[in-house]
Amino acid sequence: MSWSEFWAMGGYGAYVWGSYGVALLLMLMEVWRVRQRRRTILHRLGRIQRRSGRRVEHEA
Amino acid sequence: MSTTGINWFKYSSPATFYPLAGRMIPWFAGLAAVATVAGLYLGFFVAPPDYQQGDAYRIMFIHVPAAWMSMFIYVVMAGYAALGLIFNTRLSAMMASALAPTGALFTFLALWTGALWGKPMWGTWWVWDARLTSELILLFLYIGYMSLEAAIDDPRRASRASGLLAIVGVVNVPIIYYSVEWWNTLHQGASISFDKAPTMADSMLAALLVMTFACWMYAIAVVLARVRCIILERERHSEWVLEVLEEERR
Repeated sequence: MSWSEFWAMGGYGAYVWGSYGVALLLMLMEVWRVRQRRRTILHRLGRIQRRSGRRVEHEA
Repeated sequence: MSTTGINWFKYSSPATFYPLAGRMIPWFAGLAAVATVAGLYLGFFVAPPDYQQGDAYRIMFIHVPAAWMSMFIYVVMAGYAALGLIFNTRLSAMMASALAPTGALFTFLALWTGALWGKPMWGTWWVWDARLTSELILLFLYIGYMSLEAAIDDPRRASRASGLLAIVGVVNVPIIYYSVEWWNTLHQGASISFDKAPTMADSMLAALLVMTFACWMYAIAVVLARVRCIILERERHSEWVLEVLEEERR
């Protein structure tokens, strides 16, 4: 089986790769959004910490 | 603290669960990655084409795990919501809240991949049959849960209201599961059932199970990462949060 045959999926390529592609995309987006959320709360905690006179800098 | 055996209640405290969850995430994420590669290999290179559907049936390896996850996650979410309402434990409500977006994601994926499978096989993206409609209601339940929680400012009141919605909505899950038996649906019956021998080839079954395992590991990793955010958000004024963050930086 050649690669072009593989990607064609017997004529169903658009359906098969449309399914797996969107699944991959949504999962990457979810991971990215959780990362953003962590970064946001860590920045916020950094401000709280500064106000209470503790050590400052953060890693995201 | 008890002196004999493991004190399980210890882990129901956000302060002890936060670092524990942090240590578990890489393991679950790693298992998810390995299982995804193995599952896709089995599904695309080992499993033969279906004698009726050709290669289109390979959508099954993402569609069926996504649909299972959408239901399992909902039940787990409702279970945590119930624990939170009954015992008033903070971590349970946070877990319920962390599960909802991932559950919604898998529900959407089940519907999306189902549409892309339905078009070439049934000739239509969508029908209002019992299985598809009840799965769509599940998506609305997840969205309703998240909107209700986001709409109430006080986190305790928010998790009480949304938790109640989650518990009531759990009646939908057996409806989805048994819809193909109770009603005459265009959707086919269960792919795997407990009382019948599997009707598919061993390699197909293996691919399906490995992909399901991959979805489980992914869901656990991402939910643990999200619950860590929620813990920090809700406990941000507690002394332990500042201490734990300083420790992590070292």
